[in-house]
Amino acid sequence: MYPLAAMTEMLQVYVFVLAGFVGYQVITRVPPLLHTPLMSATNAISGISLVGSLVVAGSDHGLAASILGAIAVGCAMTNVVGGFLITDRMLKMFRRAEPKGE
Amino acid sequence: MDRELATQLTYLAASVLFILGLRSLTRPDRARRGMQQAALGMLLAIVGTLVQQEIVRYEWIIGGLIAGSLLGYPLGMWVPMTAMPQRIAFSHMFGALAASLVGIAEFTTALGAGETIETTRMSALGIEVLFGSITVTGSFIAFGKLAEFIPGRPLTYKGQNLANGVLFATTIGMLIFVIAQPDARLAFFLLVGLSAAIGLFLVLPIGGADMPVVISLLNSYAGLAAAATGFAIGNTVLIIAGALDGASGFLLSIIMSRAMNRSFRNILFGAFGSKVNAGAKTAAGLTVQQVSVADAALRLAYARLAVVVPGYGMAVAQAQHQVKEVVELIERNGGEVRFAIHPVAGRMPGHMNVLLAEANIPYDSLVEMAEINPKFPEADVALVVGANDVVNPAAMNDPESPIYGMPIIEAYKARSVIVLKRSMNPGFAGIENELFYMPNTSMLFGDAKASLTRLAAEMKAL
Repeated sequence: MYPLAAMTEMLQVYVFVLAGFVGYQVITRVPPLLHTPLMSATNAISGISLVGSLVVAGSDHGLAASILGAIAVGCAMTNVVGGFLITDRMLKMFRRAEPKGE
Repeated sequence: MDRELATQLTYLAASVLFILGLRSLTRPDRARRGMQQAALGMLLAIVGTLVQQEIVRYEWIIGGLIAGSLLGYPLGMWVPMTAMPQRIAFSHMFGALAASLVGIAEFTTALGAGETIETTRMSALGIEVLFGSITVTGSFIAFGKLAEFIPGRPLTYKGQNLANGVLFATTIGMLIFVIAQPDARLAFFLLVGLSAAIGLFLVLPIGGADMPVVISLLNSYAGLAAAATGFAIGNTVLIIAGALDGASGFLLSIIMSRAMNRSFRNILFGAFGSKVNAGAKTAAGLTVQQVSVADAALRLAYARLAVVVPGYGMAVAQAQHQVKEVVELIERNGGEVRFAIHPVAGRMPGHMNVLLAEANIPYDSLVEMAEINPKFPEADVALVVGANDVVNPAAMNDPESPIYGMPIIEAYKARSVIVLKRSMNPGFAGIENELFYMPNTSMLFGDAKASLTRLAAEMKAL
């Protein structure tokens, strides 16, 4: 039987592979029309590394780690705020033709 | 325990909302809502993290969050749509920097505490800083080239591929060494430095026109770095988001290289555009026909179907709004207008669509290459605005041409073609464009914006 720690790691690999598969399936269906918003969206979503940065910045493992953590929080937060805002700004511009009143 | 469970539940919710958000991008009318839900997921995950027991001090966190929001707001609200490619490259740099710094902090903290980092965790940390650092420097160069403070032309030197090969092999060797010797502090930092050097040398030789592929690839790397962070700190939502990001970037770079008919290898190591191909046909003995603004206006005004082919030149001239005006005038006369969008029409995937959407052009008239091509024979006029290589028939019929095999917009099949062009300079790839010399083509020389304004004025007077 596998030790528990190794099992957890194996599960993480499962998560990675399956998430990658889901991502591939979903993203193939995104039309080229929205490829730029897609890119800024994944950019915003990758700001999730914020959760890792928060732990580093807040766990009090010494000044160096706190500073690195704070910079990481700043960088990730920039992407979260900027990424979601710009994606929304772009998506707002995409509109369908108004039906002609003839 | 309950607190930990609550955190995990917010992560689960965030993962689901992220996937639904990306899924919403398959439908332009639902996309905005879906992405707002994804933003909510992000908020949940942040709150879920902040209540964790590991977090004992908040001053650094608050400082970082405030700085990030202050920097993120202008990046989100003020950056013009034309600057989107460099802005995206810039954020890839930030995302990867965050991942790399977390990796470095995790490593030094573990060493400082006298822990032996296990092999799996060390592999994750190594891969994290590898992809992270490549992306930081690579994106910086891409950003510089797109923002034009670094020359956009390919920078090459003799023995480049050999040097890159050696650098690459050394870095992989260092990665393996670091995994085998997880307490080797110096080696770990060498790995960071070497990876940063790879990013630098990988992107410097790549020319401006190949940037769509580079940005997509860096998007994918940033995702992989985030996923590796997730493995290193045992955080599932990071693994999921990283995998989504990685898949997206990978797919986009495949789509982009296919649209340019080039392989990854060719783009990364080929330094396209550094040589002007001698085998390409020259314009000797050929003449172009010019058209007057009045004639062009007449033709456009009475077209039943007009297809506009926008290129990067239109974006450079900022002529989107003038295009829209001409389009409205054609429509007022009862004509139908479609836009033919080549996948690499901008400087990043989908860029042209955003620029046209900004000019209030409804997205149902933006048509992909494969769908519009069969319609050209029915088109009365094809109006080429700032596009060059993507409408060059040499890609289909001249095996000597460097762009041979690249899928093109078949504007030459239209009953008549009007090309707006500044002068007869060849396009980015330095290739003569056969389209300009075809009997059904006429050229309207001048700045695209000025020509369109004059066209609109002439059409109004009709």
